[in-house]
Amino acid sequence: MTPAVIAQIEPIATPEIEWFAVSPLLVLVGGALVLLTAAALARSRPPRGFYALFTVVTAALAVACSALLWQRVTDPGRGPFTAIGGAITIDGFSVFFAVTITAAIALGALLADDYLRREGLDGPELYVLMLLSGTGGVVMAMANDLIVVFLGLETLSIALYVMAGLHLRRLESQESAIKYFVLGSFSSAFLLYGIALVYGATGSTNFGAIAGFLSGNVLASNGLLLAGFALLLVGLGFKVAAVPFHVWTPDVYQGAPTPVTAFMASASKAAGFAALLRVFVSTFDVYRLDWRPLMWGLAVLSLLVGSFLAVVQSDVKRMLAYSSISHAGFILVGAEAASDRGIAGALFYLLAYTFMVVGSFGVATLVGGRGDADHGLSAYRGLSRRRPLLALAFTVLLLAQAGVPLTSGFLAKFYVIGAAVEADSYALALIAMLSAVVAAFVYLRITVAMYMGDETEGAEAVTRPAVRVPPGAALALGVAVAFTIVVGILPSPVVDFARDAVPVLLSAP
Amino acid sequence: MLVNQFLVLGAVLFSIGVYGVLARRNGVLVLMSIELILNAVNINLVALGALQGASGAVTGQVFALFVITIAAAEVGVGLAIVLLIYRNRASVDLDEVDLMKG
Repeated sequence: MTPAVIAQIEPIATPEIEWFAVSPLLVLVGGALVLLTAAALARSRPPRGFYALFTVVTAALAVACSALLWQRVTDPGRGPFTAIGGAITIDGFSVFFAVTITAAIALGALLADDYLRREGLDGPELYVLMLLSGTGGVVMAMANDLIVVFLGLETLSIALYVMAGLHLRRLESQESAIKYFVLGSFSSAFLLYGIALVYGATGSTNFGAIAGFLSGNVLASNGLLLAGFALLLVGLGFKVAAVPFHVWTPDVYQGAPTPVTAFMASASKAAGFAALLRVFVSTFDVYRLDWRPLMWGLAVLSLLVGSFLAVVQSDVKRMLAYSSISHAGFILVGAEAASDRGIAGALFYLLAYTFMVVGSFGVATLVGGRGDADHGLSAYRGLSRRRPLLALAFTVLLLAQAGVPLTSGFLAKFYVIGAAVEADSYALALIAMLSAVVAAFVYLRITVAMYMGDETEGAEAVTRPAVRVPPGAALALGVAVAFTIVVGILPSPVVDFARDAVPVLLSAP
Repeated sequence: MLVNQFLVLGAVLFSIGVYGVLARRNGVLVLMSIELILNAVNINLVALGALQGASGAVTGQVFALFVITIAAAEVGVGLAIVLLIYRNRASVDLDEVDLMKG
């Protein structure tokens, strides 16, 4: 082309980028890239625990950026805003999930530190993938456009597929990677098909524009839209491990390296719910009569299947996997209420659940021992005699998951069930409470094994290798237990945080 | 308008892909079936974009480009995992990958 022709071409209008709005993402991605490059260029091995420390510092910086964003969002003069041409929304909701997911990254890195050395897998890869995967989760929570939801989901998932298969010498780890990959990409293809149908029906992928279109027009035939809803629910239901899209959960949670399971159960579920709440409860609000029955069904099935199948398991990681399915059911109870109170309850539940589940899988990491193989219930017999503090920490976390008062788990269940009652979903509230009773049996079974199992199998307990508690994991467990108890007694800061984090629907400027 | 025919083509490709994922046992063929579904989505996005007029069509077309890029990244990771399985078992038959059950 001659210069004259080039001069005639109009420059492509690029959106204004507000760097401050994406600062948590930049910190996380920047940290991941610096860590990867530095580890590749370094001549000698870094001191023990350097990678984990670096990851925790990066996560802390991301939380600091989120705190600045929170100040701006809650400032009455400025409030929530969209950035990058309306592609992302910065509101309390996105900041809340940025904090939740970053906390999961930091705790997961602390658990992984000693695990990787124990298994002879030490290196920066897991930390880099954890940071990138977490970034994808935060992108999903910030998304104001279906394209961005999909981008975040794939960033989250592709990193997780690799993390699940990271334990090279353990066949179960590879099996969990291939199962997670096949089913995960299958479900994200369903999600994409749903996005395409919603785009066809509404003419846009931007949440503000979709909601504006749906409230301003009555569709003569809404088959395209309803099919899109159903497919979107399949894709997001898979990510949050809701029944009947849960079949991967037990196998993948059992097979993946345990610190990865901790991260997967917390961050991936939080990100999935972030997208689910923003897409359905906030954007498709006008069509709530159509999607609420679907959500009701998912919630009931997840509650019942999760708690009943957890009872019959003999492997503790599988038990925790099924219990995480029933937790997904509880959070769906909050989503089904389709009210601000329901969303606030679901958010509180997700934050409390993040600490509970990371702590629980943290204990499983330590008890699992070398080879990450010892996860049967028998490995926990008599733990209270061998490691009293570890047993006590696990007991607190399990009781919190069961919903015992004075723990964050009780308030979390209380808020979502309260929201369901307020929305007149009495049947759902009743089923949730009954399934909590069934699920409590599982947690008590593990607790009983820890405290009373030593008499019958005393000889076996002696032959077991001692459970080591390294400082990093001890710190992560301490934080998880402290959060669970402190929030259980003084919930108001977290309750206020969740209440101010209800998603806001904004159109592109 | 021809859009209907493209949507039918998309639906047929989607169904073939779903059948492939469910019925095939070979890991590589399962990956190919997933690619088929993604391409069905691309056809849908571009066809439905054509319904929206000149300004709305861009969204669908750009989205299709995003899907192509991400599908490439995904299949890269997927083939690596299949290769890992093949190294340990000398087979890519997914039905034989069944250490964990219950």
